[in-house]
Amino acid sequence: MNPPSEQFHFYSSLDLTLLTNRRARDLPGLLAHIKEVPGSAIYYHTHHFLVQHQYLSPEPPNDFAYWVTNVLQEDRLGEQLAAIDLAQFHTIRELRERLVSLIERYLVERSALRVAPDGEEFHFRESASFVVSTGHSAGDLPEFADVMAEIGFGSLAFHFFDARLRLSNGENDFSEWLGKALGETRLARAVARLDPYTYTLDGLRKEVVRLVRRRLSEQKA
Amino acid sequence: MSLLGRYEPFVSRGTLEELRLVAGKLAGRRIVTVNSTAVGGGVAEILNRLVPLSREMGVDIHWDVMKGGEDFFGVTKRIHNALHGKAETFTAHDYEVFRETTQRNLTEMDLDADVVFIHDPQPAGLIDARRPRRGRWVWRCHIDVSAPQPDIWEFLVAAVAKYDAAVFSAPQFCTNLPIPQVMITPSIDPLSDKNRELSDDEVDVILERLHVPRDKPIVTQVSRFDRLKDPVGVIAAFRLARQYVDCRLVLAGGSATDDPEGAEVLAAVHEAANGDPDIHVLELPPTANIEINAIQRASALILQKSLKEGFGLTVSEALWKGKPVIAGAVGGIPLQITHRYSGILTHTVQGTAFWIKQLLNTPEYARRLGENGREHVRTNFLLTRHLREYLLLFLFLEHAQERVIRLS
Repeated sequence: MNPPSEQFHFYSSLDLTLLTNRRARDLPGLLAHIKEVPGSAIYYHTHHFLVQHQYLSPEPPNDFAYWVTNVLQEDRLGEQLAAIDLAQFHTIRELRERLVSLIERYLVERSALRVAPDGEEFHFRESASFVVSTGHSAGDLPEFADVMAEIGFGSLAFHFFDARLRLSNGENDFSEWLGKALGETRLARAVARLDPYTYTLDGLRKEVVRLVRRRLSEQKA
Repeated sequence: MSLLGRYEPFVSRGTLEELRLVAGKLAGRRIVTVNSTAVGGGVAEILNRLVPLSREMGVDIHWDVMKGGEDFFGVTKRIHNALHGKAETFTAHDYEVFRETTQRNLTEMDLDADVVFIHDPQPAGLIDARRPRRGRWVWRCHIDVSAPQPDIWEFLVAAVAKYDAAVFSAPQFCTNLPIPQVMITPSIDPLSDKNRELSDDEVDVILERLHVPRDKPIVTQVSRFDRLKDPVGVIAAFRLARQYVDCRLVLAGGSATDDPEGAEVLAAVHEAANGDPDIHVLELPPTANIEINAIQRASALILQKSLKEGFGLTVSEALWKGKPVIAGAVGGIPLQITHRYSGILTHTVQGTAFWIKQLLNTPEYARRLGENGREHVRTNFLLTRHLREYLLLFLFLEHAQERVIRLS
């Protein structure tokens, strides 16, 4: 979406949630659906938390971990699912395989499995993501910092998550542009090293702005 | 100030900008939305806000209201009850009344539009006006249809299946339909009387008028007197907690004069309260929005101990006031509360009592839950998010098979 050029164009990703009419009451059911649902459902259940929960406190990063821990009360598997390092995955397929292998391994070891109480089943949903140009762009570091400080969360979600995981652009768009278009390799590396899944989007935005402004102070000094 | 500008104190500039961006993508489309009442009820309330806001952003949207006689609305009221699972009997005459009123409305409405957005069962039959290859139709269901009466659901689905998409408020309302199903949760309006900021003086005056002293922490549940809201269970939980922490309980709900079942529950509540001076049972008129707002703001803790729930938007109303909320893990409540992050989810009287005690004794943690809850509502349950999703829905109808949709 953002080929290396002088200008960085900010896009935004805005999601609509679709219902799949698939639900699971226990781990085998969850596993069967995880294997079959569209990639947009895996994406939804591992990412909507980040867009919807702009919290002060740390958050469980994905719905599977939350449900397995809080509803099925399978704490050990819940912890393993929560610990999946989403930043390491470059495709939804790899992420799905990881979820499947963790649950399958757990099922081999466990015989007595809990069933979700009525009304607390896992309902699979999926995202329809709308990608739209925000009309904002930046040609240098000061402009980039100014736009970053104000841009909507949908834009952060797009350039950090969608670009990498759904559009397979490799690393996040910001570090790519900083490195390739501006030649700011050290700053690009610092932004690429951020684990976006351990921040709120607002915290992530502040961290990127802080790194860019620090670089600007160095340039002045 | 523009209508949208009035929301600027509550959401980020980026959020409003995203809203304008999406609205701009609907340029050139004509949208018609139809419900069954212009005033009163949640749907009319939301359309009264959303339609002017959309028009201000340049969206060509028109709102029409289904007209019908008493007989029609009598039938649709029973359809509503049956969709909620209450046993109702429908005669051939009832179906005839429904069809006749639909036909009459069809001759009076201009439904020739790019998007026709129909709310709830009353106008669902208008789909018969659809012209081949012209416009896309979407049915918005605001009610809990997780366990509908089969015969009436079948009657309704015959119409709904002809639409291009259906919209539900929570995942558990999703059902087996041959069309795409979208989830759009309801929202609260931060500018409404029920949710707007109130000064401490305003809160004091209202509480005094309601004879609720503010001498100790107030624990509140706002909901109609209905067994499914478990008001008697709330009293039991309150009594268990009060053994260890001094507090008051306010149960605020609508008057039950025209609802025999409600009157029965209210009597059970009074019996359980047994004249306890720390338990205040308030019967408020449906217009008591500012009173509800003041009670919530005066509370240290808010409960929604429902046993069954539709969406349970009172939870978002309470969270928006930055209050810690303890609620039953039913219906749409788990979408609004993430346990121990933005509130507490419980399943029993004992669990509710435990958390009342716990939160009143750890005000710092309770404050943090309330703050998180307010931020969660800011991002997900304010009118601005609701409006954005409706606009995205209209665009989605043109791309229903795609999951990453690039808008140029």
